[in-house]
Amino acid sequence: MRPGEALSIWRAMAIGAVALILLPFVMQYYTLTVLVIYGMLGLSLGLVWGFGGILCFGQAAFYGLGAYSYAIAAVNIGESSVPFILGIVVPALFALVLGAMMFYGRLSDVYLGVITLVVTLIFFKFMNATAGSAHVIGDARLGGFNGIPGYQTLNVPGSPDDYLYDDRLYIVCAVALLLVYGLVRWLLASPFGRVSVGIRENELRAELLGYDVRARKTLLFAVGGAIAGLAGTLYASWAEIVTPGLFSLGQSAEIIIWCIVGGLGTLAGPIFGAVALGYLKFLLGQQSMVDNSIVLGLILVLVVLLLPRGIVPTIRDLFFRTFGRRRRRSRRPARRQDNAS
Amino acid sequence: MDLAAVILVEILYAVASLVLIGAGLAVVFGMMRVINLAHGEFMMMGGYATIVAVNLGINVYVAMIIVAPIVVGLIGLVVERLVIRHLYGRLVDTMLATWGLSLLFIGLVTMIFGNTTTGISTPISGLTIGAYQINGYNFFIIVVAVILLLAVFAVLRWTRVGLVARGTMQRSDIASAIGHNTSRIYMVTFVAGSALAGLAGGILAPLVGLVPSSGGAYIAKAFITVIVGGPSIIAGLMSSAGLLGVVAQIFTFAATPVVGEVALLIAAVILLRLLPQGITGRFLKGRL
Repeated sequence: MRPGEALSIWRAMAIGAVALILLPFVMQYYTLTVLVIYGMLGLSLGLVWGFGGILCFGQAAFYGLGAYSYAIAAVNIGESSVPFILGIVVPALFALVLGAMMFYGRLSDVYLGVITLVVTLIFFKFMNATAGSAHVIGDARLGGFNGIPGYQTLNVPGSPDDYLYDDRLYIVCAVALLLVYGLVRWLLASPFGRVSVGIRENELRAELLGYDVRARKTLLFAVGGAIAGLAGTLYASWAEIVTPGLFSLGQSAEIIIWCIVGGLGTLAGPIFGAVALGYLKFLLGQQSMVDNSIVLGLILVLVVLLLPRGIVPTIRDLFFRTFGRRRRRSRRPARRQDNAS
Repeated sequence: MDLAAVILVEILYAVASLVLIGAGLAVVFGMMRVINLAHGEFMMMGGYATIVAVNLGINVYVAMIIVAPIVVGLIGLVVERLVIRHLYGRLVDTMLATWGLSLLFIGLVTMIFGNTTTGISTPISGLTIGAYQINGYNFFIIVVAVILLLAVFAVLRWTRVGLVARGTMQRSDIASAIGHNTSRIYMVTFVAGSALAGLAGGILAPLVGLVPSSGGAYIAKAFITVIVGGPSIIAGLMSSAGLLGVVAQIFTFAATPVVGEVALLIAAVILLRLLPQGITGRFLKGRL
């Protein structure tokens, strides 16, 4: 870890904590909780794409898998501790297997995008077709298009009747987001993270220096899958129903839009993008003048054309230029030199 | 015997519809290395153009084969001039921008036509083979797909426009040095790809209940067919549509349509794992 890195991580977490404490004064817990969950989902792709250079079109697969794992396990077990862990472990293992298949096959860019997209579609099609009593895991009916309702939501570990909901669920999600953010920052500051960024910059060079690129990419992909799975688990507890819509193309698209709008190559960017666009979607949902997707689509096109580096890096550069501290600038997000923020 | 004939027709139909769905994307991706994720929405708008034209009293074939490609081609022209031309050479950025466009189109169409299912009836009646009934329209789709492939091949192979276009795609700097306007060639290619998407949308419109989000069902199939096919336009499209269509139909007959769709997707994943550059990245290299 570079000198000053630890301090910078603590400072960023403190700023995040203050924001998470202040936000409930202006928004309801119910809305805010899902925004925080979106933030975590954005973070997962921000890590894999922004720092690993792996453009995953199917981050929704891990999100949905986490939610479904949690729901199925919760129906069967009742108490939420084991389902919670399964909701993280199952998508992580799945990401590990999928990643190994892709990266040991030396697939890259577009082809990677197709495979992750296809896998998400397989889940979507399969889950939609699981109506009827033939599709059962333990006591849980998969329920096809209607999804799985009525499972045990998160409870205080050990006491199944003590549900975590509303403000308490918000606190759980907020703390989880802060912890995950801190851990990811730490991971990126560790040798593993530094090499991952090196691989993103130049895969061949990293390989010639003796690093096992395939194993490292696979591992980073699995970490991203675990975080997305955690987001899915929390979402399942918030929504109290899981449906195949979690695996839809629209969901995957949204995650990518968050990252692009917020700013790739940063961690704060995707979180900010997710929260801001999630809130915008919520506001747009309350009116019926303009269709929701017109606005989202327009934002995506305009950001790609006009702000290709995303909002957070642009603002940060503006900030540092105004206040005189020198920062290395680069035009394209994929070529960024500096580390997380 | 009757069953075999029915299965054969159904397989040919599955392949032909994959060819139709993929053709526009294949031209744009194969020639310009641009992945148009709004392709599905172009097809959806082709379908709507057809339905509107038919409701206005225009002959259904005219609506499908002439009106739909023209309307969508014009939309493609606007899109290319406003968005795509700024992003050539930036593969990921074009994908994201066109994804944004696809959302935008879904929203616009929803606002204009509402979120309801519309459709027209198939213009060709059913056909009886022995004890089985098959959709006569399937034959029309097979014929159109064959003509389409021949036409694209003929234009690229034997006309001056096709020659210039192929040259530009290989070395745009040389083409520009000997006096061709590359920006205009890219524009024409993109419009041609859009028109093909509109044609496909129009022709498939009588078979599906059209909703504004129908494009999503097409884009994945189109994307998979084109990427599995690899760099050559015609050879890639034919080989991958052939392979994936056969796999999907066999599993559809053996089990259910859902299993067939999933089998298609799994086949695509396995193929890409084995041939990361697509089928024509390994075989039939350098063909059209």
